[in-house]
Amino acid sequence: MTNSIGEIAGADFILAIGTNTTESHPVISLQAKKAQRNGATLVVADPRRTEMAELANTHLQLKSGSDIALLNAMANVIISEELWNKEFVANRTEDFESLKETVAKYTPEYAEQITGIPADTIKTVARGYAKANNATILYTMGVTQHICGTHNVFAVANLAMLCGHIGKENSGVNPLRGQNNVQGACDMGALPNVYTGYQAVTVDDNRTKFSKAWNVAELPAQPGLTVGEMMEGAADGKVKGMYIMGENPVLSDPDADHVVHALEKLEFLVVQDIFLTETAALADVVLPAASFAEKDGTFSNTERRVQRVRKAIDPVGNARADWEIICNIATAMGYPMQYASASNIFDEIASLTPSYAGISYARLELGGIQWPCPDADHPGTPYLHKDKFVRGLGKFNPVEYIPPAELPDQDYPLVLSTGRRHFHYHTGTMTQRTGALEVHYGAEHLEINPADAAALNVAEGDTVLMKSRRGQVEVTARITDVVPRGMVFTSFHFPEVAINKLTNPARDPVAKIPELKVCAVKVITVS
Amino acid sequence: MAEVTLTINGLQVTVPKGTTVLDAARQAGLFIPTFCHDPELTRFGACRMCVVEIPGMRNLPASCVTEATEGMVVHTDSPAVIEARKTILELMLANHPMDCLTCGKNGDCRLQDYAYMYGVKTEPFGGEKHNYPLEDDNPFIVRDMNKCILCGKCVRACAEIQGKSIVDFAYRGFDAKITPAMDVPLSESECVFCGNCVAVCPVGALQEKGLRSAARTWEVQKVKTTCPYCGTGCNFELNVKDNQVVGVTSCDGDVNGRALCVKGRFGYGFIHHPDRLTTPLIKKNGEFVEATWDEAITLVAQKLGDIKDKYGPDALAVLSSARCTNEENYLMQKFTRAVLGTNSIDHCARL
Repeated sequence: MTNSIGEIAGADFILAIGTNTTESHPVISLQAKKAQRNGATLVVADPRRTEMAELANTHLQLKSGSDIALLNAMANVIISEELWNKEFVANRTEDFESLKETVAKYTPEYAEQITGIPADTIKTVARGYAKANNATILYTMGVTQHICGTHNVFAVANLAMLCGHIGKENSGVNPLRGQNNVQGACDMGALPNVYTGYQAVTVDDNRTKFSKAWNVAELPAQPGLTVGEMMEGAADGKVKGMYIMGENPVLSDPDADHVVHALEKLEFLVVQDIFLTETAALADVVLPAASFAEKDGTFSNTERRVQRVRKAIDPVGNARADWEIICNIATAMGYPMQYASASNIFDEIASLTPSYAGISYARLELGGIQWPCPDADHPGTPYLHKDKFVRGLGKFNPVEYIPPAELPDQDYPLVLSTGRRHFHYHTGTMTQRTGALEVHYGAEHLEINPADAAALNVAEGDTVLMKSRRGQVEVTARITDVVPRGMVFTSFHFPEVAINKLTNPARDPVAKIPELKVCAVKVITVS
Repeated sequence: MAEVTLTINGLQVTVPKGTTVLDAARQAGLFIPTFCHDPELTRFGACRMCVVEIPGMRNLPASCVTEATEGMVVHTDSPAVIEARKTILELMLANHPMDCLTCGKNGDCRLQDYAYMYGVKTEPFGGEKHNYPLEDDNPFIVRDMNKCILCGKCVRACAEIQGKSIVDFAYRGFDAKITPAMDVPLSESECVFCGNCVAVCPVGALQEKGLRSAARTWEVQKVKTTCPYCGTGCNFELNVKDNQVVGVTSCDGDVNGRALCVKGRFGYGFIHHPDRLTTPLIKKNGEFVEATWDEAITLVAQKLGDIKDKYGPDALAVLSSARCTNEENYLMQKFTRAVLGTNSIDHCARL
């Protein structure tokens, strides 16, 4: 997030696009509700009529994957009605003319044909966003899990820069990140192309710095494989061994049958987890890890706040903290890796990572700190891009609408979208074993519009067979107008409804994110 | 900002104009008991426990809704004040089950604390008592409306923190109670079981089902940590008894204050679930066999080393975890790059 979570409450215009905030980030949604109680306008763009959409002053029920058409049309209105922030664009950005040129054809009327949103509504929303004092855009995977995910984000950023709604308190571009420490995992360089703090592996100086710190002769210069490419590499026989820590790709990755096939082809798979997940079941060796309650450490949240995780109990059974296990394996491979505590590891991170340099466990005792925090006296950074973008001028990256990779056709006439439920989390490894959450919400269902249900002769509670070109699942139907006609929706929380057997692994070429929000399916009544 | 100076129990106190007498007293380090007051919620002035004596005022005003004024004189524990508070407590206890012996909130209950403080033991106003059925048909929250003192904090927390307004006052007089619309249980309402009402309840009317049946309030050690579910980063306290996590309670989180969602507050049961992996496993002939750490670590090191030697480092790939700590992700990429010699490390940021 460019801003802090608390700043959402200070916005007077919120555009929430592709985020089911009340279910996926319930406590962040409280800030949006607070803003609304203070008089803010909430606009929600989502193909489903989620609780957020119900709360919204305006619900833009756009067609799946048509975000760029909507966002470009908003830019079109803002430019043609001279509502853009001329001072900000002149002083802080570059390539405005190319944006203007690209969005010229995205008239609200043209966008209406693509998105299904009335042109007048697009105009009203565009004016509201442009004229607001503090406007914030919230988004999650509804924007990013498309083959044009990166371009969707560009379109969001273009809009924010066009109106100068970035680089100040309460206004910005705010992706709400999904996992407790997905921000931290990225910050720490658990990515194929960067070390900690996004220091590129391709830069000689960075490799020199890290090889010196890590006491190795050299480090690989070639960026590695992303998760989807690893699975393809395993299937092709190029990747022979994998070490998976705390991830369950068999349920979370698209085209699950292909993932199972790929992992089975490996010569060696070691999985480190707290439960015997569907992925761990395929492993040659399973290492029992300690849960968050059993170890010290830090998580970095979606607003870049580094916060302490504290050991409350001893590890269950013979489980060990993940960091200790990694040290054990490294040492056994001839690279002595020893730390007395998590705090010592953090000090090493701070010494190699400019954005974390000023953070220490001693400081975190007083509360979380938001990076960048370059030195021990720096208070942390609640919002980014004040006065200057990281690259200097903010660059407009104009983007064109492209349709999703797989659209409904005669054989597979419905769009399947997937997401999360309020009472569960990700692949359900934890939430299916709480003694409470799974008791309250014990089975998954497929949301299907009454008109589609009637056409397919599906009744409430029927078991239906849903098929895509890649796989099939059986699931109970729930008839609801939360989904529009032509769309069905379910979550990926339940192993019994392993929906990622159906989803499309087609990926965004830049971010390599799969298009989990759109694939074509058909629904057949079973009982 | 304009200031006012008042005298509380003989102490001169200067506060910004608009400050309540309650806040002024607390700033001066003076204690005033409250049930319905909460700094995060709108002022309510319902329970009257915070009454004080202010000469010149017609009766004893509630300090939580009385603004401090210049030259005001306040007595927080005069005989009249003490008598009023005792009477309020007696009236509350007149319709209270008095089952502290078995109540999960025993030891963490303001009604109990104040009854002790003011020596209120009996119920001089004995008479009819409500006998509402216990509502425990959901796995998260137990509601016992017999213990409710109608402070309305849950009503305001639901409306003002959670933004849901699931519960409100219903009925009148002696029959007044807090309930979802149409007097249905929470399980039949639109309640999302965030438990933020439980976090503010000053008595035993709202209790966490798991926590309050697992430990007495004084038996637990509280450890402040960060939630392991979504990316919001809520802080809460793990309640620990005998090396077991028995519950989660709110603390003052940087991001969330006391607010949590159902997963954060009630989703801790996985920690001690019998399915937890407790020993390394090695697959032999298609079956997992328990192994020692030495065996498992040696085997992993040897296999990864063999693949690296035979096919080169890029035949190895590592998935790190958005669920693990920064320290662990840091070490995992260090291990992947420095020991395995490849940059093929990723995690599920894209999923």
